[in-house]
Amino acid sequence: MKPAPFVHHAPRTVDEATSVLADVGHDGKVLAGGQSLVPMLNMRLATPAHLVDLDRVAGLDGVEVTADHVRVGALVRHADLERHEQAYAALPLLRQALRHVAHPVIRNRGTTVGSIAHADAAGEMPSVLALCDGVVEVASATGAREIPWHDFFLGPLETSLAPEELAVAVRFGRLPAGTGTAFVERARRHGDYALAGVGAAVTVADGTVTRARLTFVSVTDVPTVLDVTGPFAGREQSSVDWSGAAELVAAAVTPEGDIHATAEYRRMLAVELSRIALAEAAARSAAPGSGRGAA
Amino acid sequence: MSGDPVVEELLDVTVTVNGVPRHARVPARRLLSDFLRHDLGLTGTHVGCEHGVCGACTVLLDGRPARSCLVFAVTAQAHAVTTVEGLGTREAMGPVQRAFAECHGLQCGFCTPGFLTTVTAYLEEHPHPTQDEAREAISGNLCRCTGYQNIVRSVLRAAELREAAEADATAGDS
Ligand SMILES: Cc1cc2nc3c(=O)[nH]c(=O)nc-3n(C[C@H](O)[C@H](O)[C@H](O)COP(=O)(O)OP(=O)(O)OC[C@H]3O[C@@H](n4cnc5c(N)ncnc54)[C@H](O)[C@@H]3O)c2cc1C
Ligand code: FES
Ligand code: FES
Repeated sequence: MKPAPFVHHAPRTVDEATSVLADVGHDGKVLAGGQSLVPMLNMRLATPAHLVDLDRVAGLDGVEVTADHVRVGALVRHADLERHEQAYAALPLLRQALRHVAHPVIRNRGTTVGSIAHADAAGEMPSVLALCDGVVEVASATGAREIPWHDFFLGPLETSLAPEELAVAVRFGRLPAGTGTAFVERARRHGDYALAGVGAAVTVADGTVTRARLTFVSVTDVPTVLDVTGPFAGREQSSVDWSGAAELVAAAVTPEGDIHATAEYRRMLAVELSRIALAEAAARSAAPGSGRGAA
Repeated sequence: MSGDPVVEELLDVTVTVNGVPRHARVPARRLLSDFLRHDLGLTGTHVGCEHGVCGACTVLLDGRPARSCLVFAVTAQAHAVTTVEGLGTREAMGPVQRAFAECHGLQCGFCTPGFLTTVTAYLEEHPHPTQDEAREAISGNLCRCTGYQNIVRSVLRAAELREAAEADATAGDS
């Protein structure tokens, strides 16, 4: 299994990269960490004539933490974001989720932006972008634009990025004070794609729940945020029974079955993992430095 | 894809492998794993699946484990690669190699280069793993022969050997 021939482009700047992408149009593909693209090339599921390799593009490897967001450049590897202490302090959910993205060896090369651009419903980071109300920053030869997550993910492996566009960064929005988060999943082996996964963010003010939201991995075909605040609003955090979210979750998701798990089993996992994730997130919301329990 | 068929171009690629700059003229689509094996004759790096799952092709890229079947040689240009050949020689084996030999951490040896590179980098960051941590550290590498028990043992033994080697080095300094 070898890739078909292609022309390799090694731009040094974002402008050079976008001008190549503009020239080659539909015949081109961006190569970031290659951890999803190269397997597809090796199996000849994709045969682009031009690859625009980001490896040497300057200025894409930064992580910036501001009062509003964590901004992650297109060359930031999963492993580097996972280790980034400031990003962890600002948004513990990032590390909580990254620990589930493949094996460490894959995380060493794979980029967080690449995994969002790849838009695999079995990937963790697209769902995290959704739960954090994130934005994708895009550049092209004709200008720049920003795409909110809900306009970005169109379908399985499908986004609103045009072939001549480069995602230069994503911004994960920081969650309100008093928010705890958790990310739980079940896979047959740690590091494998999840049979099902759930991210949760629970906000507590003065001991009572003000907001509870969920997102899913391998359960919905595009990243989705499910607001389950309803039955819990105003309730004392410490006395909440989160299994009360079961009906909402069961009604909201229509997972697909495959060789790894039936649709019914996935739905069951989604319900059970939601309960666990909400409880974990709520427990962390109460802790000082919200969301920061053991990742 | 549409468009004209691509005419294969040859590129000059130089990668620092085990500390030595190595050069070959290869097509852009040459995988780093094939570059190492076919162009440089370093057949220690094994190739199992070519889609990132088995781990046999794992090398260190700038010191970090990476699947060489998922990196193009041309991308590795200007980066440093360590293959299993760079971890030690038959006469002077590295601690991880010695531990695998002592603990029978291999049978056919097909997966072994990937384990050795992965474990070498892992122990740099986590010099004293527990048994569970050792198991998780190798979870990205597949072995069809050993049942993993001896590999887990090898990881723990390698940690001991590293520590002993460091103690010796410190004793030697004073
Ligand atoms: C064995 C294995 C197991 C894995 N398990 C998981 C898992 O459990 N969870 C998970 O989430 N992922 C998993 N992955 C995938 C991994 O997380 C990848 O890192 C990720 O999907 C893609 O990131 P990349 O940087 O490697 O992108 P690439 O493979 O380089 O690119 C992927 C796609 O995105 C496009 N793209 C990349 N960057 C940009 C950009 N900046 N602008 C525009 N388009 C871009 C490419 O053109 C391509 O279509 C696994 C991979 C392997 C090999
Ligand atoms: S050959 Fe590279 S991971 Fe299997
Ligand atoms: S020793 Fe044979 S595959 Fe691992």
